Amino acid sequence: MKRIKPHERQRVAVTVNGRRLSGLAEPRLLLSDFLRHELMQFGVRVGCEHGVCGACTVLVNGRAVRSCLQFAVEADGAVITTVEGLAEGDALNRLQAAFRQHHALQCGYCTAGILMSTTHFLRENPRPTEAEVREMLSGHICRCTGYHGMVQAILHVVAETEEQGSVEPAEGRPDPVTT
Amino acid sequence: MKPAAFEYCRPDTVAEAVALLTEFDGEASVLSGGMSLGPMLNMRLVRPQAVVDIKHLRSLEGIEVRSGEVWTGGLVRQADALKSETLARTVPLLALALPFVGHFQTRNRGTLGGSVAHADPSAELPLCLATLGGQVELGGRRRRRRVAARDFFLGTFTTSREPAELLTGLLWPRREPRTGYAFDEMAHRHGDFAIVAVAAAATVTPDGRVERLSVGLGGVEDRPMVGDTGAFLGHPATPDTATAVAEALAERCDPMTDMKASADYRRALVRELTGRTVARAFDQARREP
Repeated sequence: MKRIKPHERQRVAVTVNGRRLSGLAEPRLLLSDFLRHELMQFGVRVGCEHGVCGACTVLVNGRAVRSCLQFAVEADGAVITTVEGLAEGDALNRLQAAFRQHHALQCGYCTAGILMSTTHFLRENPRPTEAEVREMLSGHICRCTGYHGMVQAILHVVAETEEQGSVEPAEGRPDPVTT
Repeated sequence: MKPAAFEYCRPDTVAEAVALLTEFDGEASVLSGGMSLGPMLNMRLVRPQAVVDIKHLRSLEGIEVRSGEVWTGGLVRQADALKSETLARTVPLLALALPFVGHFQTRNRGTLGGSVAHADPSAELPLCLATLGGQVELGGRRRRRRVAARDFFLGTFTTSREPAELLTGLLWPRREPRTGYAFDEMAHRHGDFAIVAVAAAATVTPDGRVERLSVGLGGVEDRPMVGDTGAFLGHPATPDTATAVAEALAERCDPMTDMKASADYRRALVRELTGRTVARAFDQARREP
C-alpha cells in the first residue's frame, strides 16, 4: 500500500512524448498543472478544470483523457503524449496539416486537446461517420469555429487514409495502449 | 478550482481499501476513474481527509456471465464496457445507454462502479441498473453483501453504502427471451447530464401482449424512479399502449425544477420520451425469439 501525506511532495516519473521526465507533486496536484508547471509542457491547455471543456485532454497510456481530472500521483509511470508529440520533426503531421488547411482553428486554445482526442479516436475507429466525429467532438468546447472546419479536417484525413488503402493512424509517434 | 489538500492512499487489496475507509470513518473519498469525484474535489464540493485510489485492485476488474446475471467489476471502464460484445449480447440495455454516458474522453476513464456509487440522479448507469432490477455488490470488513438497486439509491449523491464499505461490483439481470430494450434521453449537448432519461425493458407474449414492463426515469426525481406499470400487463404491446404508459408516468411523477429545466418541461419530456422508448421496446420484443 502506498500513502502520501497531504503536503508531502513525492517524485513522479512519466514518459512524455518519448522522453523520461520527473517532477515533484503533492497529492492534490492535478496532472494538467504537473505537466505545465513541473515538466514545462505548455501545450497542455487549462480551461474549466472540471472536465467539461476538454482543453486539457492528453493521451495517458494511449487513451485520450482529461488531465485536469487526474492527479499527478496517479500517473506515476504513465506514458503521456501531448500536442508537442504529434509533429514529425518540424513538419505538422497529417491531422495537424488538415486542421490548418480546413481552418479548423481560430484562437487555438481548444485545439491541442481536440488533436489529442482525435488521435486516439481515429486509432480506434479509422473510418468514422460524420455523426461519430461530431459525437467525439461533443467532448470539447470551441467558441470560435462552430466545429465545422474540424469535422471537415478529420473527414479529410479519413478519406486520405482510405485512398492510401492503409489504416495507419494519423499521428506522429505511436505509443503503447495499456490499461 | 484546485482541490483542498488530502492524503493519497493506494491500497493493494480490497481488505486494505476497507481498512482505510474504516480508519477515516466517512472522511475518505473512493477514487476509481475520477470523472465525478474529480470535479467535486476541484470545485471543493467535497473536502475529504483522504482519497483512496482503488484503480489497482485487480479483483474489481472483469465481466463474468453467470446463470441469470452478469457481474461487472466495479472498475470496468465505461469505454471498455461499450466495446464489450459480451455485455452487448447479455445486457443490451447497458449497450444502448453507454453512448449517452459522458463523452468519448470521459468514458475512457470513468467506471461503471464509480458512476453507480456517485448516484447522480440524472446518470444513465444507475437508471439502467434500477430499471433492470439489478444489484450492487458491497465489500465490508466482515462480509460482502448485495443490495437491490431500488434500496441502494436513496437520493442525490446518497446511497445505502456504509462509509466503511466499498462498491466491488454490479449485478445485471441477463437478457430475457421475447424482451425488448430501449433507451433515450434529452440533454443540452450530447453527453451532458440528462434533463430526462428513459430506460425500458418489455417482455411480450407470443400473441403480442405485455407480459412484463419496466420503465425507469432518470433526471426527474432525486434518484432513478422505476414506474409502476402493473395496470398495463395483458394489454396489447402497441404504440397506443406505449402512449398510455407515458401518460400514466407523466401524471404520477414528481419532477424537480433546476437551472436546466422546469418541472413542467420535465413532465412534458417524460411523456414524449416514455412514449417513444416504450414503443421501441415493444417493437424490439416482438422481433426477439
